[in-house]
Amino acid sequence: MKRRHFLLGGVGAIGALLVGWSALPPKQRLQATEPLENMPYRPALNGWVRIGSNNTVTITMAHVEMGQGTHTGLAMMLADELDADWAQVRLIQAPPGDKIYNNLSLLPDGLPFHPDDMGMLHRGANWMTTKASRLLPGLMLTGGSSSIKDQWQPLREAGASARLMLLAAAAKQWKVPVTECSTANSKVTHAASGRSASYGELAVSASKQALPKSVTLKTPDAFKLIGQPLKRIEAASKLNGTAQFGIDIRAPGMLYASVTMCPVLGGRFKSMDASKAQAMPGVKKVFTTEAAAGAPPAVVVIATQPWQALQALKAVQIEWDEGENANFSSAAFIDSLAQSLDQDDGYNYYEQGNVSQALSKATKRIKAEYRVPYLAHATMEPMNCTVRFKEGEAMVWAPTQIPGMVPRLVADVLGIDSDKVQLHITLLGGGFGRRLEPDFFVQAAQIAKEANGVPVQTFWTREQDMQHDKYRPACVARLEAGFDDKGQLSAWQARSAGQSVTHQIVERLFGSSGMGPDKTTAEGAYDTAYAFPSSRISHQIVPGPVPVGYWRSVGWSHQGFITESFMDEVAAELKQDPLALRLALLAEHPEHVELLKRLAELSGWGQPITPGADGVARARGVALVRSFGSIVGQVAEVSVAADKRIRVHKVTCVLNCGTAINPNLVRQQVESGIIFGLSAALYGEIKIEKGRVLQNNFYDYLPIRMNESPEIVVEIMPSQAPPEGMGEPGTPPIAPAVANAVFTLTGQRLRSLPLKLA
Amino acid sequence: MITLNINGQAVQVEATDDTPLLWVLRGEVGLTGTKFGCGMALCGACTVHIDGQATRSCIMPISALAGKQITTIEGLQGPVADAVRAAWTEIDVVQCGYCQSGQLMSACALLQNNPQPNDADIDGAMSGNICRCGTYPRIRQAIHKAAEIKRG
Repeated sequence: MKRRHFLLGGVGAIGALLVGWSALPPKQRLQATEPLENMPYRPALNGWVRIGSNNTVTITMAHVEMGQGTHTGLAMMLADELDADWAQVRLIQAPPGDKIYNNLSLLPDGLPFHPDDMGMLHRGANWMTTKASRLLPGLMLTGGSSSIKDQWQPLREAGASARLMLLAAAAKQWKVPVTECSTANSKVTHAASGRSASYGELAVSASKQALPKSVTLKTPDAFKLIGQPLKRIEAASKLNGTAQFGIDIRAPGMLYASVTMCPVLGGRFKSMDASKAQAMPGVKKVFTTEAAAGAPPAVVVIATQPWQALQALKAVQIEWDEGENANFSSAAFIDSLAQSLDQDDGYNYYEQGNVSQALSKATKRIKAEYRVPYLAHATMEPMNCTVRFKEGEAMVWAPTQIPGMVPRLVADVLGIDSDKVQLHITLLGGGFGRRLEPDFFVQAAQIAKEANGVPVQTFWTREQDMQHDKYRPACVARLEAGFDDKGQLSAWQARSAGQSVTHQIVERLFGSSGMGPDKTTAEGAYDTAYAFPSSRISHQIVPGPVPVGYWRSVGWSHQGFITESFMDEVAAELKQDPLALRLALLAEHPEHVELLKRLAELSGWGQPITPGADGVARARGVALVRSFGSIVGQVAEVSVAADKRIRVHKVTCVLNCGTAINPNLVRQQVESGIIFGLSAALYGEIKIEKGRVLQNNFYDYLPIRMNESPEIVVEIMPSQAPPEGMGEPGTPPIAPAVANAVFTLTGQRLRSLPLKLA
Repeated sequence: MITLNINGQAVQVEATDDTPLLWVLRGEVGLTGTKFGCGMALCGACTVHIDGQATRSCIMPISALAGKQITTIEGLQGPVADAVRAAWTEIDVVQCGYCQSGQLMSACALLQNNPQPNDADIDGAMSGNICRCGTYPRIRQAIHKAAEIKRG
């Protein structure tokens, strides 16, 4: 426990240095430091909303849209408090520089506390980390399923505040008490005199009103938009080809750059013969870039057309210096993770009761070792970024989850000040955590530097994208359960080892490695709601050469599998129904209990399953994981064919995410998370031999396709609690739910991913 | 110089004969609705119609396309396309949207050839289109819905 105190002591010291914050006014997230430019026809009422004379309501998006539907949800929160006409809502991306657009939820969520521990230390550290997040530059970023919860308060306050200003403007114009005026559907009305004015008519006058000192937010019964299954706001553009992703940017005179990065982890450029490539049609330049911000060294071809760049790059003869990882093998590294668990437990994330004693007194103990592989994100839109560097100023068009980091990192490459970097954020063709990395836009800046002021679009092939990802870390875990002389579960111990994403990403973003414990390595193991008589959960960080990154649901993506599979092993040992065992261990958590009971009912748990048309027997498996604040339970209906192929027919999911801002988009995210997790559970595995990633494209890194896609039923538990994360929590339970069903069907306990029957 | 017929218009392109249609569309022609996903006809993001048939443009050299009618997402229209877009909207299919141009092209080609596809037909026609957001269950529903809308 010593290290934990050290860390928290550090947080306290930072807090003491920054004591002056507590005096900051409460509306600091309402008005930008530099107020939005006051366009005459579209005045800004605060840092989040403008109202046009044509009645449009333009809402500022501090988060990026990568399919998770956050733009729609964020806009709904502000528009609801504003009483805006939803049809008039437009969106604009926030500038990355202003700190009111910082994400205040992400860092507190990364603290290594148990979510049910709301003691002073946790609350104090939360408070301080939130405060720090307001002040640190570069924290406009989208990840960790945090957008909606980050913006829940400020966007509603901004809507309510703007509404009061519109009311004040109308009351002043009509010379009536403001209390006699009301708002609805983008209009202010004075019922007594029958007058009304549209928000557009009032906008200029409203923008000159003082910012209200305080606002009263709606109670849930007054919500008009929040809780409604509204359509995704950008959907139409995605049906006619007009939606603009990063790779669709077409700046005037733009050239295309294709890259081949060093195929060996940590290797270097040695030499090349580009003479043939240089003579090919359209080729402008062949050169190399150095390793930077996680981008490996690369050979680059800039050409007039994308196909020309691709073809010419193939004609470059390249020799790499393979460096010290030329013999690295992921299989051997994963074996070494297991060996490292023989030596040391690492950091203790959670401990209750006396596990050692309970285990030594146990009349029966069961042990199991679990292993999970590296995984690629494989977003449908490969990595790309367009940069123009001209006359000391840079324009960057990037599909990025970390816009706040772009100006500084690009400026560093180009040797300019970060205020000379302009950023246009495009739609993202999938994120899943891949676009939290700076490698692709830093590389695009390196390339633009060589292009004499001409904009260049750097785009990766699928193979480059697959082989130069930042992978979900491989992990080895050893679990042990003890049972007392009455046959009851008395101890639960989980020890695991793997690389730390946080340590690496801190290095890629800031140049020096992170240190201390990394909560994301152990989430899903230490933070469950299960009341074990005694438990101890630890994780040991083992540094390694594989670049690792945040992958949808991060630690939960594998620790959820491990915890929930071993839970079924314990149930089997106790000869108890796995769902009933969970209910018993969750007795003090009514939300979990209600959810599980509903899941049992909806999935037909315990009822016989009729085989499908193929006549093959089916079984159900259950899993429950709370991640990013949301509780998600799933039951998978599975069959195993004669050729041992695992087939998932149906997934029933019940979740509690607090207030569901848009239940339709919540359902979409759960379906998405399930299929994303199922691809990994059945097929996902990145292997490295001789320092090289072996997978190339969708023929050897297989995603689920239509013919394997299960029927999915989703139910949302009603709640008026503040909203919790929903982009990722659908992913963790699916792998264990399937593995648990496979055990019921075959008696085989599959303890590694992807799931393969012997 | 090859003349292509794209969305009903004759377009002269300078690309060499072996250039895949995808890169001509996205580069020279500037129609970026057709997406690059894999370059090997594995993911379907680049799907267009060639004389009404769903075709992966990333491996289709333009030399094979003289005299053929090429339709991209930008030019996709008609009663089937209307029904498909209406169904996609009603079922809220799209998420990140990157693969959806290809999904719509494949779905329209399916419904042109088979106005009442069953689930097996949908598996057959749509399993070449990958969606990492996992919109498959909704695509399946939306294709059934589009068939229903079209039937009237």
